[in-house]
Amino acid sequence: MSDIEIRDVSLVYGTPGGSVHAIDNASIRVGASEFLCIVGPSGCGKSTLLNIMAGFLTPTSGEIRIGGKPVTGHGMDRGVVFQDFAQLFPWRTALGNVAFGLEMKGVGRTERERIALEQLALVKLEKFAHSYPHHLSGGMQQRVAIARALAYNPSVLLMDEPFAALDALTRDAMQRLLAEVWRETRKTVVYVTHNVAEAVYLADRVVVMSPHPGRVKTEVPITLARPRDPLRVEFLQCQKDLLRHLGSDTGAPEIRIGGLP
Amino acid sequence: MFRRASATLLALAMIYEVAAQSGMFPAVLLPTLPKVARTLVDLLSDGTMLWHAFHTLARVMSGFALAIGIGLPLGILMARFRPIETFVMPLVSALMPIPSLAWVPVFILWFGLGDTVTILIVFYAAMFPMLLNTWTGVRAVNPLWLRAAGVMGANENALFWKVIIPGALPFIITGLRQAFQRAWIAVVGAEMLAASDWGLGWIIFDAKEFLNADVMMASLAVIGGIGYAFERLVFGSLERVTVLRWGMVRAAKT
Repeated sequence: MSDIEIRDVSLVYGTPGGSVHAIDNASIRVGASEFLCIVGPSGCGKSTLLNIMAGFLTPTSGEIRIGGKPVTGHGMDRGVVFQDFAQLFPWRTALGNVAFGLEMKGVGRTERERIALEQLALVKLEKFAHSYPHHLSGGMQQRVAIARALAYNPSVLLMDEPFAALDALTRDAMQRLLAEVWRETRKTVVYVTHNVAEAVYLADRVVVMSPHPGRVKTEVPITLARPRDPLRVEFLQCQKDLLRHLGSDTGAPEIRIGGLP
Repeated sequence: MFRRASATLLALAMIYEVAAQSGMFPAVLLPTLPKVARTLVDLLSDGTMLWHAFHTLARVMSGFALAIGIGLPLGILMARFRPIETFVMPLVSALMPIPSLAWVPVFILWFGLGDTVTILIVFYAAMFPMLLNTWTGVRAVNPLWLRAAGVMGANENALFWKVIIPGALPFIITGLRQAFQRAWIAVVGAEMLAASDWGLGWIIFDAKEFLNADVMMASLAVIGGIGYAFERLVFGSLERVTVLRWGMVRAAKT
């Protein structure tokens, strides 16, 4: 698995009212196989930073290296999962969606379907391999999206609030499943969320960002043993610490506690 | 679905038949349904009607194919490349409001009587719905699909065939459907005006000279029947095996 180095990355938008610093000089290192969460209130640039890592946006200055290689555009060393369920291709079955990346790589049909089925089994959806996305629930669609992002074996998984649009119960189940998938695949994960409990449940380390301009405010390591129990005192203490980091300069009205796994 | 459709048609037929039997109108102008049916059977069994229908269909299909061949790629190019859009759109806006039949006299002067004129008129009528729907469909492709496909290593070619085309398919099918309807409407008018020797439009026009209202009614029935069959069987099935199955459009409540 690859490490990620984000070095002095800034992104400035020109608007009629002057330039806006979406991200101001962010530097983050992510270790190989590390699970890193980025939290922060709306407008702190966390999704923008993820989009730069994915190659959808080019930073105004600074650079990102994945496994030592500078990021230019998108590449198959990264898998990306978005928040929107509509990310799946409605005209392809779950299997067809998961196999897409392998198809682009030129893997033969039998082989790619075998691998896709394995990936679907990893997210416990092998029974729904031949269903079209519109027959699947939101949580199932997001699981397909995770399997699809993993299928072509990228070394890095980038996730942008993938469970934010799910109901609380489904979200809890999905977080447990993701923790399991991460344990099994040992991918380097960068996971953007504004849900503090989710970050404490999933992350090895949490990067806290603050808005206007989007800056890295602090980093908080989460050293709790896995699997984590969200009802233990230590877990709640972690959550409190993190909230304190988030809340002190923003009032953080958008930060939610909840979605306890 | 078919039962409800036939109920509607039956009601319509009954109203017609009552009017035809009432004696309020001359029988020669408003023939009863049994008479129309007999004429239709006669025309079908001696092959004339089939021959007319064949000619009309051939013209529709030629014009329709031309409209697809030009409208579909041009619509895609317009949606993908701004300069093409900027260049073509004013042309479309200026030409589209002109009724296709208004071109018939002009085309006759240019191309003479015959199939060329009819096919060009059909093409003109079918072209715009095909073009505009394709254009809209490609622009309506969810950008998230393009991003996701890009991340997974899709090149321009794969992006086009495996994302943009299926993603735009609901609109493309609507375009095909509307284009065929327009083509079918235009062909009958064009046949009347361009004085071709065969065809469903011509047969109606010709029957007028001999006061053969039953032949006219029989031809109208054939025109409606073929249009209905295409709508339900061809475009309906195309939709069922693609966009309906994929949940990209909702099924019509019939």
